[in-house]
Amino acid sequence: MVKKLTKEQQDFQQYINKKKPKPPYIKNAFFAFLVGGFICTIGQFILNFYISLGLTFKEAGAPTSATMVFIGALLTGLGIYDDIGKIAGAGSVVPITGFANSIVSPAMEFKREGYVFGVAAKMFVVAGPVLVYGLTSSFIVGLIYYLFKL
Amino acid sequence: MDYIMAFIIGGFICLIGQILIDTTKLMPAHVLVIFIVLGVLLSSIGLYQPLVDIGKAGAIIPLTGFGHTLVTGVIEDTDKYGLLGVFTGALGASAAGITSAVVFGYIMAVIFNPKSK
Repeated sequence: MVKKLTKEQQDFQQYINKKKPKPPYIKNAFFAFLVGGFICTIGQFILNFYISLGLTFKEAGAPTSATMVFIGALLTGLGIYDDIGKIAGAGSVVPITGFANSIVSPAMEFKREGYVFGVAAKMFVVAGPVLVYGLTSSFIVGLIYYLFKL
Repeated sequence: MDYIMAFIIGGFICLIGQILIDTTKLMPAHVLVIFIVLGVLLSSIGLYQPLVDIGKAGAIIPLTGFGHTLVTGVIEDTDKYGLLGVFTGALGASAAGITSAVVFGYIMAVIFNPKSK
């Protein structure tokens, strides 16, 4: 619901927008690329490790994801991941380690509200929507694929 | 060579996310949702698999790769089990990632406390 703004409010909004500091686009983009790329390079290292254990490339994806999730969750618990995030921005959000971070971070924060409504419920503040949209959209894709195959 | 391509492709996907955050009013949570759906869409029209072939972990580790995993699972299971596969495929393929996220996430959240700011 968008309320109609009065003339003064519109002027004020414009004034605020002008005064608001612009994010340093280039610097942010650079660090997002650097850190995001670095996290994926670590992922490649782990992927190659599982392949060296005898898994195929396709099979190795799942344990690699699980390992990266573990690393992301651990670093979040230790408070290191948020420090990385301050510099890296999306570089730490977009990789699957960021997905783990989005689970652990609110869960820790709301521990005082208990282990059911605090930890367990808040784990899914961000992860929930990701799963809802991911599963629903892939379900639709699957359904279309099934119907076209008939 | 794998490492360089993983770095470039992975870094580039994150760069797109950063541009979205900086130039729009989207929050990081929105970006995660957009990226998984984007992964699903790109994968379903066959554009994500080439990216995985080139970038390997660079395409698997970003959340778009998670969307790709969901779709490949759905397609595979639908081929195998028909309509039932439409329901089982996505979670089946992503079981390791989701279970580890829930279990490790829970354990870490119980063990550790947030750093005082």
